[in-house]
Amino acid sequence: MAHFSKPAEGSWTEHFGLSTEPANYADSISPEFYALEQEAIFKKTWLNVGRVEQLPKAGSFFTKELDAAKTSVLIVKNRDGELRAFHNMCRHRGNKLVWNDFPKAEVDGTCRQFTCKYHGWRYDLDGKLTFVQQEGEFFDLDKEQFGLAPISIDVWEGFIFVTFNPDPQPLREYMGRMGAGVEGYPFELMTQKHTYRAEIGSNWKLFIDAFMEFYHAPVLHNRQSVSEESRKLAKYGYEALSYDIDGPHAMVSSWGGMSPPADLNMVKPIERTLHSGLFGPWEGPDIGELPPGVNPAKSPAWGIDSFLFFPNFMLLLWKPNWYLTYHYWPTSYHTHIFETTLYFAPPKNAFERLQQELAVVTFKEYGLQDANTLEATQTMLESGAVTEFPLCDQEVMLRHLHTVCRDYVEKHLSNAGAVAAKGV
Amino acid sequence: MSALLPAEFADLEPYAADWCLAAEPDRWAKRLDSTMEEMKAFYDVCFPRAEEAIAYCDKFDLDDLPDDAKNLLHLLFSFALVSYPIEVWNQPLPIDTGSARLDRIREPRL
Repeated sequence: MAHFSKPAEGSWTEHFGLSTEPANYADSISPEFYALEQEAIFKKTWLNVGRVEQLPKAGSFFTKELDAAKTSVLIVKNRDGELRAFHNMCRHRGNKLVWNDFPKAEVDGTCRQFTCKYHGWRYDLDGKLTFVQQEGEFFDLDKEQFGLAPISIDVWEGFIFVTFNPDPQPLREYMGRMGAGVEGYPFELMTQKHTYRAEIGSNWKLFIDAFMEFYHAPVLHNRQSVSEESRKLAKYGYEALSYDIDGPHAMVSSWGGMSPPADLNMVKPIERTLHSGLFGPWEGPDIGELPPGVNPAKSPAWGIDSFLFFPNFMLLLWKPNWYLTYHYWPTSYHTHIFETTLYFAPPKNAFERLQQELAVVTFKEYGLQDANTLEATQTMLESGAVTEFPLCDQEVMLRHLHTVCRDYVEKHLSNAGAVAAKGV
Repeated sequence: MSALLPAEFADLEPYAADWCLAAEPDRWAKRLDSTMEEMKAFYDVCFPRAEEAIAYCDKFDLDDLPDDAKNLLHLLFSFALVSYPIEVWNQPLPIDTGSARLDRIREPRL
């Protein structure tokens, strides 16, 4: 039985013009396809690498490992308060410029200049080469020509993005209608951060798949609700309030949250004690009216919106006025690094801090279950034993994501073909 | 050894040395390293005192907690963490999560 209305076409999938045929996951088990994604997607689109709060003052910096774009980037605030991004690489002989102890580990801090560990070349906060050890030993070295290699950087709503595309679409335009719809959300007020990180044994898209559908929630996570509530949820199944697509981006708007629950017996004893749970503290901070793109169905049952800004940045806005981000950073066709950061308004007292802690703890209980299915799925997909998989209407955004990836790769190949045909 | 917790929470003191942990990775490791009996004992003593413990901590500015109140709040963080094995899983790890990890690499410290 339908609980929420669907578009006139009868299904979300048909509404968005997507195929209703079984899907295949050839795009998730192929080293060759991943190599194409690196070129067609991760070297072309805007990638969110952090937030402005990570760079509070001149000289604040952090590095980000971007295997998917085959590089490491260095993000820094210069003396004029502007953000700069560079390939994290010394112009002398290519040593990684900024790292401590472990070259693959990301670092952050504050400095006046960057000095290469290898031969001591120095760069200022604008990437300009300022010092060369034994400069006289070089041959007509023009330091002006050997600044750090820059990367395009821009900021949307406090989120820092970089792109390796030499001719990028303006970031705000790239974020599209859904980006515009959440502009004005007070991200800057939510500075209490908790970050989880995991190395996941699956293709990056499989974890996005898991978080762009909630069809799994009443089943995989059934034990997390008190038993009567769990039976009710399983019988009810899952239907989204609404879905939306804008270019490569997608969102799902969901009900739920029980904040506060209609009946206290619906929740666990710890939740009754702390007035908090998966959806966060029951009474969130007052942040005024939400931007128009949030809860697009304007449903009173609304609990959470999940936005996927292509390719790998998800933004989840929760009814009790906090948010989290997901990032999926591919490291090979069947591995990726998953990061999630939960952002709350700074707690005013110990009780609020404890309420937030329970939400962050609860996230992990769910997240571990989600993460653990992925390696199991990846290995079986790689067996090739079965190649066709029926997807239901509540998995519409999985079809969209995989279609978008294939479209980017095809466009990249046809552009490369056109260039080759011209003999350039 | 001097008490870690305020005197009025002497009943929680036997658990303080094990569970007053400032960092989530340490609390998580302690959870996985504990038996259900150990966690149940801690949970059962903590549960009826939780509201009073919160009220005690809330007498102070969160950014300026005395050490014993800070310990008490850390103990409550552990209480929240062990509620899952006790109330939900009946085992230290969430079910069906054997090969998954999710490391808290950043958290605001008290």
